[in-house]
Amino acid sequence: MAGVLRLDAVSKEYPRTGTALADVSFTVDKGEFVFLTGPSGSGKSTLLKLLSFAERPSRGEVKVSGFSSASLRDADIPQVRRRLGIVFQDFRLLPDRTVEANVAFALEVTGAPTASIGAKVARLLTQVGLASRGSDMPHELSGGEQQRVAIARALANDPFVLLADEPTGNLDERATRGIVQLLREINAQGTAVLMATHDLSLIMRSGYRYLELERGTLLYDGTDAHRLARHQ
Amino acid sequence: MRLAWREALLAFRRAPLMSMLGVLTIAFSLFAFGLFGLVALNIRDALRAVEDRVEIRAFLVDGTSEDAIAALLGDVAAFPEVSDVGYVSPDSALARSREELAEFSDVFDAAVLPGSLEIRLREGQRDPAQVQAVADRVGTFPAVDDVRFGRDWVEKLYRVRTLAVGAGLGLGVVFALVAVIIIGSTIRMAVLARAREIEIMRLVGATNGFVRLPFLIEGALKGLLGGVCAALLTWGANRVISQSLFETSFFTPSQVTLGIVAGGVLGLLGSFLSVGRHLRAVWRDA
Repeated sequence: MAGVLRLDAVSKEYPRTGTALADVSFTVDKGEFVFLTGPSGSGKSTLLKLLSFAERPSRGEVKVSGFSSASLRDADIPQVRRRLGIVFQDFRLLPDRTVEANVAFALEVTGAPTASIGAKVARLLTQVGLASRGSDMPHELSGGEQQRVAIARALANDPFVLLADEPTGNLDERATRGIVQLLREINAQGTAVLMATHDLSLIMRSGYRYLELERGTLLYDGTDAHRLARHQ
Repeated sequence: MRLAWREALLAFRRAPLMSMLGVLTIAFSLFAFGLFGLVALNIRDALRAVEDRVEIRAFLVDGTSEDAIAALLGDVAAFPEVSDVGYVSPDSALARSREELAEFSDVFDAAVLPGSLEIRLREGQRDPAQVQAVADRVGTFPAVDDVRFGRDWVEKLYRVRTLAVGAGLGLGVVFALVAVIIIGSTIRMAVLARAREIEIMRLVGATNGFVRLPFLIEGALKGLLGGVCAALLTWGANRVISQSLFETSFFTPSQVTLGIVAGGVLGLLGSFLSVGRHLRAVWRDA
């Protein structure tokens, strides 16, 4: 299978804080669901920044859907981001716009034809289970519902990969189950998912492959849930 | 483009108070600059009125014929520096002296006053060296007995004028810089208030140009509105001064238009610089 995300011996160093990632290599294939875990400060966020080209590696190469950090010009970064969907723990919705407008915004700013936006937004909201909440404002929704809006927005440009940075970190258990189920459904339709989480039980229950980072190095890459049980 | 305009106009509707404060801040900083411009304009006009009085007087040899005077008038009028030259006969000089110095009217006698030429110079040709050069050339004509132009007065006037121009330019630059800094800060606050919007635009793959455009439109609109308010405030201030203190000049319509456009350009520039700082931030640290 073709790798949609690939890191080859990637290191990232910051002038003040030193090494954030050291010699990390892995590949996420098309349609794969992979968890990313590790304690705070282990390098998860840095890794996601590198994958979204918010940062460039100090050494090594990051490849996203064929775009390489070695040759990508800054002006082309928006093209890469359109192939990625990105979801955060704090949802990052525009608080003064309706649910529909938040999702439509992602299509408008990438120049989607105006005539097609309404239908696509309706389809996305149906996909995330919020078909009847389009005219609500974000503050009228629960945390889980707000994260669903963020996911709908992330899917707006039909990404190859969804990067999720602790998407359930602010949610209760029921909402967490709902979001993970939604991400599984999205994955089942062919979109690769890389989800950062502290929730080890979530990884163990899934049986999916996971990457474990510690102090910037890739400690484990595999599916052995028993390892995680020992961490708990 | 349509979306950029919609976003820019929505920003005014979503945060009307902040937008109004932004426009007013720009308006008052441009108003301060406008008041300075008004003072500079009126000082320049006053100095120009005084400069208009710079003249060279060439006293003629007694008995110069009318033909010789006419020829001399033609020759002097042909000097490129000369705007106007006229002949003052001894009788006219006597009448003028009696009128200007009435208490000595009985001591004047036409016989002691020679005929003369009054020579005025064009604007921009009135510095001491140029006045001296024209006076020297006029003095070479045989019919001219003596040439005077009040050298000390012309030199003092020129020094005052140079000082006024230098101080005006210096203060103008300072006022303009203060306006640029205030306008830049105002626009920056507006951009900071919408940092999340910029972040989300970047997140979903908007290009830098696309992210910038609504902010540029918003900044330019605020600058233009601020410029219009500043023009109205300056006009009002000028009216009050003209009606209650002394008659003052106001800017020409093209100068007013230039001021308003400058407001727009400053708003545009302030937005361009402020939004640029946010374009790299996508993955904010939690």
